[in-house]
Amino acid sequence: MTDLLYNDTEIALRDSVRAMLDKRLTAADIMALYDAPYPRPAQLGAALSDELGVSALLVPESAGGHGTRAREAAVVLEELGRRVAPVPFLTSAVVATRCLTAVGDMAWLPRLAGGEATAALCVPLVAYASTWSATVRPERAGLVGEVRGVADAATGVLIVPVRTDDAVHLHAVDPGADGVSVTPVLSLDMSRPLADVAFDGVQSRPIRSGVEAQRAVDDALTAGAALLASEQLGLAEWCLDTTVKHLRDRYQFGRPLGSFQALKHRLADLLVDITASRAVARYAADCLATNSDDTAVAASLAQAYCATVAVRAAEECIQLLGGIGMTWEHPAHLYLKRAKADQLAFGTPALHRTRLAELVDVPAAC
Amino acid sequence: MSTTTKEELRHRADALLAAHPPHSTTPQEFLAARFDAGLAWVHYPAGLGGLGLPRAWQTDVDAWLEAAGAAPYQQRRNPIGLGMAAPTILRFGTPDQQRRFLRPLWLGEEIWCQLFSEPGAGSDLAAVATRAVRDGDTWRVTGQKVWTSNAQHAQFAILLARTDPDVPKHQGLTYFVCDMRAPGVDVRPLRQLTGEAEFNEVFLDDVPVPDGYRLGAVGEGWRVAMATLNNERVSIGGDPLSRSGGMIGVVVGEWRARPELRTAELHDRLMQSWVAAEAHRLTGLRLRQQLASGQPGPEGATMKLGFARLTQALSGLEIELLGSDGLRYDDWSPQRPEVVDFNGRGPGYRYLRAKGNSIEGGTSEILRTVIAERVLGLPAEPRTDKNTPWKDVPR
Repeated sequence: MTDLLYNDTEIALRDSVRAMLDKRLTAADIMALYDAPYPRPAQLGAALSDELGVSALLVPESAGGHGTRAREAAVVLEELGRRVAPVPFLTSAVVATRCLTAVGDMAWLPRLAGGEATAALCVPLVAYASTWSATVRPERAGLVGEVRGVADAATGVLIVPVRTDDAVHLHAVDPGADGVSVTPVLSLDMSRPLADVAFDGVQSRPIRSGVEAQRAVDDALTAGAALLASEQLGLAEWCLDTTVKHLRDRYQFGRPLGSFQALKHRLADLLVDITASRAVARYAADCLATNSDDTAVAASLAQAYCATVAVRAAEECIQLLGGIGMTWEHPAHLYLKRAKADQLAFGTPALHRTRLAELVDVPAAC
Repeated sequence: MSTTTKEELRHRADALLAAHPPHSTTPQEFLAARFDAGLAWVHYPAGLGGLGLPRAWQTDVDAWLEAAGAAPYQQRRNPIGLGMAAPTILRFGTPDQQRRFLRPLWLGEEIWCQLFSEPGAGSDLAAVATRAVRDGDTWRVTGQKVWTSNAQHAQFAILLARTDPDVPKHQGLTYFVCDMRAPGVDVRPLRQLTGEAEFNEVFLDDVPVPDGYRLGAVGEGWRVAMATLNNERVSIGGDPLSRSGGMIGVVVGEWRARPELRTAELHDRLMQSWVAAEAHRLTGLRLRQQLASGQPGPEGATMKLGFARLTQALSGLEIELLGSDGLRYDDWSPQRPEVVDFNGRGPGYRYLRAKGNSIEGGTSEILRTVIAERVLGLPAEPRTDKNTPWKDVPR
């Protein structure tokens, strides 16, 4: 029986993450990333790993981790979303970790678990399970090719899908290696910055090949889609809370804004959707944690639903804050940028609806 | 009293089953014996069908009795009686009233209906204009009530009436039990846009109501009515709806069976509804888990809004999907259905009946205001009628 609530362990973890973020992260830190983006400060991510051990949540026990603690990872993501925290948790501790776990890697996982290294799956942030394709090829001089729009690629080891005529292979490549260039790009959401990664004759050996490699990438992207929903939930909640507070505090026409029905009804509708988002996000996390047969459906449902709700929450926040929402000074724009980028990450809602139609047998028009 | 253990409760159930074996007792006799044994609703007091035990224990009793061959208790027979009248009588009724009304109510021998809404008092329920005027030990009630389901079967009604028009609207109301067979009660079917008549209009013309049928003090009617409405039960029993159940299951079934109707645009709209339906189903599942574990949450308040939006979108899509066949209607005759069954009727019925989902039991607009003020804590809208004598409020 699926459990959609939060247990005591999860609530305690949430409190710890929230306390750390309160202490170590301000909106000004995130805004600074838009003006002086590189290199990104690594202290916050390190503190989350060192003090709370969150990077080990999805690492198998055999590699020094905690096992499949996807429900806990989801709670961490809710808090990171609530603060648009600029840490590579989703990309490294969820997606790359799931990929390495699926291929039975023992070289990198212990280091990821301990927080000594981070990793990035070298595919575009918008790639999603079962339709992604590898663009890097092995040639005589080594790996050749380019992958555009990779998230959190600048700091950790790159897990690179490589295509030959008959198979996919996974390579682990140091971004500092000869022939690798990682070019940061200005991103819509600088709290999860993208980079273009080019390979020009990089010497490397595959860590896994064939169907297993293909499945590992699918599994990693499915996990990313499933748990991103929790980040989107936390983000949407911040937007609702912030808007409610503003409507309570601000007076116009001699009344608090929140007493106007036209405004309060919009927030009631948003609460309806956020409440449903929580059920959907918890279901996706629980499916992942229990290795459910329904995980692919749950992950696509999560992105089809929660991504749209988060964008709407951020857009409502900007609109109902009025002029202050358009300023650089108020942090609302950080949430709008993250929400919109998240909507495309791991597949758009429309792509996931198409995928869901296949999974639940609602055939498309011929 | 609360020293009863679950084991002792089990013994009680076994004793009932031994004295009244379900296979050789008529269902009605069994129900009566069950009520008298305190196993009807165990959270009610002893002597009134219960034992003063935790409400959750009723689930165990139901399971034991059914396992022994007793017919499941039919909540549906008396929904207003069980869901609204009984808890109000328990809280506000005198001992005499409790003894008089609760047993036949639970046994389904006396069906109840609700005389609250009026043509001039819908969302603004406290504006009711039906007058009750005191005449010795009797009240004389005159007015018009509307949207009354089960009135044609009902023996009794819970009634909200105005006893003092000279004070602000919330202060001049009194709550009564009304005998639906009394002289001056006229029940007329109210035909809806679907063709059927689920509800009634009830005309009250100088209807005598004994003062002994008053629930709560004179002028306390609003407080009593709020207690009644707060008892609107969230259905937590039964199996959670499956993914292929409900209206989405019907429409997806049609989609699979009729490939010639498919277009890309309809496909994406259908999948949007599929996603919304599944999100709604999981929200309901989470609500059940919260209630079972005693954790409060906003799910109860938000479920109805989500449901109305979903059924309306889906039933509209279904007609478009079916094309010419969507323009055929199954039955315009003025049926008197006992329960609303979306899936037992055609797409036109579903489309029309779903319009009521955002109106009945609190409109979506009122619910949004309630959610905004009670869940989100936003300030109330200024109101002009709150301190004005009812007779002076424009209407």
